[in-house]
Amino acid sequence: MKLKLFMAVLLGCFLLLGTAHAQKIRIATEGAYPPFNMKNTKGELVGFDVDIARALCDQMKADCEIVAQDWDGIIPGLLAKKYDAIIASMSITAERMKKVDFTDRYYSNYLRFIAKKGSGLEVTKSGLKGKKLGAQRATISAQHLEDNFRKTANVKVYDTQEAAFLDLKAGRLDAVLADAYPGYDWLKKPENGGYDHVGDTIDINDKIGIAIRKGDKALKADFNKALKALRDNGTYGRINANYFPFSIY
Amino acid sequence: MDFELLTQYGDRFWDGTLISLKLVLMSSILGLLIALPMALARSSHHRRYWIPAYSYIYFFRGTPLLIQLFIIYYGLGQFEAITNSFLWPVLSDAEWCGLIGMTLNTAAYTAEILRGGIRAVPRGEIEAAKAYGMSWWLLQRRIVLPRALRIAWPAYGNEVILLLKGSALVSTIAVWDLMGETRSIFSRTYALEIFVYAAIIYFLLTFLLTRVFNQIEKRINRYLVSY
Repeated sequence: MKLKLFMAVLLGCFLLLGTAHAQKIRIATEGAYPPFNMKNTKGELVGFDVDIARALCDQMKADCEIVAQDWDGIIPGLLAKKYDAIIASMSITAERMKKVDFTDRYYSNYLRFIAKKGSGLEVTKSGLKGKKLGAQRATISAQHLEDNFRKTANVKVYDTQEAAFLDLKAGRLDAVLADAYPGYDWLKKPENGGYDHVGDTIDINDKIGIAIRKGDKALKADFNKALKALRDNGTYGRINANYFPFSIY
Repeated sequence: MDFELLTQYGDRFWDGTLISLKLVLMSSILGLLIALPMALARSSHHRRYWIPAYSYIYFFRGTPLLIQLFIIYYGLGQFEAITNSFLWPVLSDAEWCGLIGMTLNTAAYTAEILRGGIRAVPRGEIEAAKAYGMSWWLLQRRIVLPRALRIAWPAYGNEVILLLKGSALVSTIAVWDLMGETRSIFSRTYALEIFVYAAIIYFLLTFLLTRVFNQIEKRINRYLVSY
């Protein structure tokens, strides 16, 4: 009897968990990538990605929970079903496409080097020969450096973007390669006035999308429909304007 | 298992392994050199010797290696007095910072291991040496330290293996050690077997170190079983 009761309660728990899961969309972001996703002084997740995630959920009339997850483990966490989508400024790459599926883009990214003002750095393979170049590990920037400069320059990768900038300011790096918009955001801060972009933007056809598990076709379709609606009804433009005076779509 | 990954990224695994091994060998040798006088100071009855040694050991055993590395690498770089000093060429280099952190850390543990060895040297041998009229310095050099090192050797081998595994932490200060390479390869492939390969390499290194230490132990302690 006791065992039966126990089993019934256990079953009830599973059913509850199951239904709660079905109604809720859990979205992961990193929380260390200003101004796209970061934590404010109260520890709440804020930023462009978070605003887009909330707007998408409102549009889809879905109940969403946004959680923070370290960048290194963000795709493994999705595959392990800890959450259902990643809205964390993730570039759509062929390597990631092997593991996960992506929605349409919600913005486009470019890379750009940042160095001390007046450094006279020439952003070419020969100009950067033997220079110390940094980027955040597991990003498109880091892969761009590893693929193009590993043999000729001294490439260093950091666990966070902030650590790479810290080493630029400490003088350990000649230049940091970073995504253009977070770099723009960093340069805007008064304490970083001594630094500037060098060279042109590097267009590597980098599109930012929402990552979901392969086979989650319904979720993908919902996200794409909601994204289009946000673009059409002006919500996207309003969120964009809160962060950048130019369109990043 | 995708063995293509191993051929594709084999040279990066190899580069990382060499750096890890280099850091462990250099820091364990330098650490031992620092630990020898420190263990003597720690065993001393004079306050001016044992208190500094004790404080050093207490600090480095009481805080995580990760924090020590962060303080040395990111912390020191914040002070202009240091970035402008003659030390900066060394301290601006991530590998040097890793080596310094690992050396200071292992020196503390090794000093404590050696102290155990020093205390275990049979009193009779020390008394015999004194009876011969050996000075303190000669006594340490000829009797106490050689004996202590032989007694502490197996425990010291253990410390070097822990050091090898602790060396994975230098990847957090932008060193391309085995762990650093592994994490970067994983970040582009998302193939979990990358970590399995890294684990196998660490295992092989540990196995190699164990063998080396066993051989040396057999050699330096053979007088114990020779008659």
